[in-house]
Amino acid sequence: MRELTYTQAISEAIREEMKRDETVFQIGEDIGPVRTRSSLWKQFMKNRAWQTPISESGFVGLSVGAAMTGLRPITVIMYCDFVGVCMDPIVNQAAKIHLMSGGQIKVPMVIRTPAGAGTREGGHHSGSLESWFVHSPGLKVVMPSDPYDAKGLMKSAIRDDGPVIYIQNRILHRLGKQQCPEGEWLVPLGKADVKRAGTDITVVGISTGVMKALEAAEKLAGKISVEVVDPRTLVPLDVDTILASVKKTGHLLVVHDAPRRGGVGAEIIRRVVERGFGSLKKAPRVLGGVNTAMPYSPPLEDACLPDANVIVKAIRDMLS
Amino acid sequence: MSDQLGRRDFLRIAGGGVAASMIIAAAPPPPSKKLLEMLRLMRRIRHFEERLTGLYQYESYLEKSDLAGDMYDFASKGVIAGAVHLYIGQEAVAVGICAALEREDYVTSSHRGHGHAIAKGAAFGPMMAELMGRKTGYSKGCGGSMHIFSKELGLLGGNGIVGAEIPLATGAAFSAKYQGSRQVAVAFLGEGASNQGTFHEALNMAALWELPVIFVCENNLYAASTPAAIALALPNVADRAAAYGIPGQVVDGQDVLAVHAAASAAVERARSGGGPTLLECKTYRFTSHAGAGKGRHDNPEELKKWLKRDPIELFEKKLRDDGVLTAADQEALKQQVVAEVEEAVAFAKKSAFPAFNEMPVTPGTDLLA
Ligand SMILES: Cc1ncc(C[n+]2csc(CCOP(=O)(O)OP(=O)(O)O)c2C)c(N)n1
Ligand SMILES: [Mg+2]
Repeated sequence: MRELTYTQAISEAIREEMKRDETVFQIGEDIGPVRTRSSLWKQFMKNRAWQTPISESGFVGLSVGAAMTGLRPITVIMYCDFVGVCMDPIVNQAAKIHLMSGGQIKVPMVIRTPAGAGTREGGHHSGSLESWFVHSPGLKVVMPSDPYDAKGLMKSAIRDDGPVIYIQNRILHRLGKQQCPEGEWLVPLGKADVKRAGTDITVVGISTGVMKALEAAEKLAGKISVEVVDPRTLVPLDVDTILASVKKTGHLLVVHDAPRRGGVGAEIIRRVVERGFGSLKKAPRVLGGVNTAMPYSPPLEDACLPDANVIVKAIRDMLS
Repeated sequence: MSDQLGRRDFLRIAGGGVAASMIIAAAPPPPSKKLLEMLRLMRRIRHFEERLTGLYQYESYLEKSDLAGDMYDFASKGVIAGAVHLYIGQEAVAVGICAALEREDYVTSSHRGHGHAIAKGAAFGPMMAELMGRKTGYSKGCGGSMHIFSKELGLLGGNGIVGAEIPLATGAAFSAKYQGSRQVAVAFLGEGASNQGTFHEALNMAALWELPVIFVCENNLYAASTPAAIALALPNVADRAAAYGIPGQVVDGQDVLAVHAAASAAVERARSGGGPTLLECKTYRFTSHAGAGKGRHDNPEELKKWLKRDPIELFEKKLRDDGVLTAADQEALKQQVVAEVEEAVAFAKKSAFPAFNEMPVTPGTDLLA
């Protein structure tokens, strides 16, 4: 075992996959040899990283074309908010080409994008936009919450034959290290993970929601037994694992930073209600961001996002 | 300090060669009073931003060999949070351009927008308060460094989306033409932004419809860590104007009078119905891309050369040589501006944070739905 940070884990996955498969390359702004001056770079990455002009619609479209013709791009969008500039190549091209070509053409690419709120960067750098992609058929959506999953999911995403949106959270970039095994591992797309076992309530956390739910579970330990489930991938969604947990606990709370309206929490509740309505002892709930662009002012930003204390309160309310 | 690098050398290191389209101040220079006001605005930008460094506590999370970290993996635990992009080194551009504008004219700006706002007349108090997220800020603390708006000053905002400011200014110019007003609009953009599709789409429409807009590209040779040399197919952004049949001029962006002369001609053209102009000001930022001056500069060796063409020092020398400014005036001006910045810091620090229920959301928004 050794320790890894979230971004080191992702980097390791990319390096390993680049070594394994010559068609894998990374493309995006400020990612090339100019910034990364390490010797590792010279050894392995020559011609495998393309530092682009600020032209998202151009280089994402270029990546789609490259993926259609035999390469496996990892395309970096520096902040998830910037997908506004390049939604067409993602949702109209990458997502639809497989079907529209009658299954002739695959689009094996990863769009890797740091995202999330809480960094005090204001309205254009704080988006939690996963539901935009979840709602666009043809895309897979991955949101790892810790270094172990970050590495294993990145490797699976690169090997997947369709377009995968890989959303890495910027707050998680800043967290400490996790004990991880040596060598390589894969985490399959579409397999949830129970991050903490419990019996009284199921809390499904998305990305930073997992960290916050674990913190809340710890605060309640000894009084209320909280099970924390991390779906890890939103498309495909492992409903079975969530349902099994809800069957045991009878209560469901979903936590994410994205606004609640039209969000992934609502979608998870739909899936659970459709198949497991009888297991629920109380109405399920979602804790999410409020319906606003993120304000810069730190106290306001905090007030717009759920935290462990809000989760504790919601759990107490639901179980009272 | 003398102008050690001649204009020719300067344009060579600026990567553009000596462009034929380069213009030298031809119009009569502005009267002394205006010159001193321009100097004061340049100093206002410089000292406002120098003060930010002390209010910002930089902390980087970036691993050197990281393939998956990000340019912006840093934070501040100071009274100013988030990402702050300084304008120091580029003051001649904002001031030279805005000195050719009137109060009603519009400006759209980028992530590096403090200088544009100050040059357009923004007050220190509400600017500093915005950077500290207070409710007395220009955007009630809801915008932050990258989103300073003032309807009254024609400031249509900084922008966190590189390239978004270009069609917005084009739209403001469209609006002015549609409504038959005399107003013009300016888009301030980096050379990095000139690689967005929005740049090309906006220039084409502005040319087609002869809109009163001036596209001011500040070519500071870098877009974050990406040198212009690996991002622009041609070294001069101004040359792209030819593709849309509009004038494109390379301007010495360290010379406030050269910028002002070019801006005056472009504004005159726009106001009289002549259509858009693209000005490319060759300039340089003197600090790191972001981080309020606490990050690492991309190229410390190159920076040393550019520091010899500090736009404020060049202008002060010229004003002293021309007998417009004495050494005593120069020092007094500086002290006065520094004192004004301190007042703004005190004002911002004692201002309250905005309350959740006062957030200026679009009417009808149900925040908690
Ligand atoms: C659409 C978009 N892509 C990328 C970024 C990240 N980013 C912020 S500033 C910047 C560099 C901008 O360079 P330039 O336009 O030359 O302006 P400068 O910073 O030099 O003033 C980048 C890549 C962004 N904010 N928006
Ligand atoms: Mg630049």
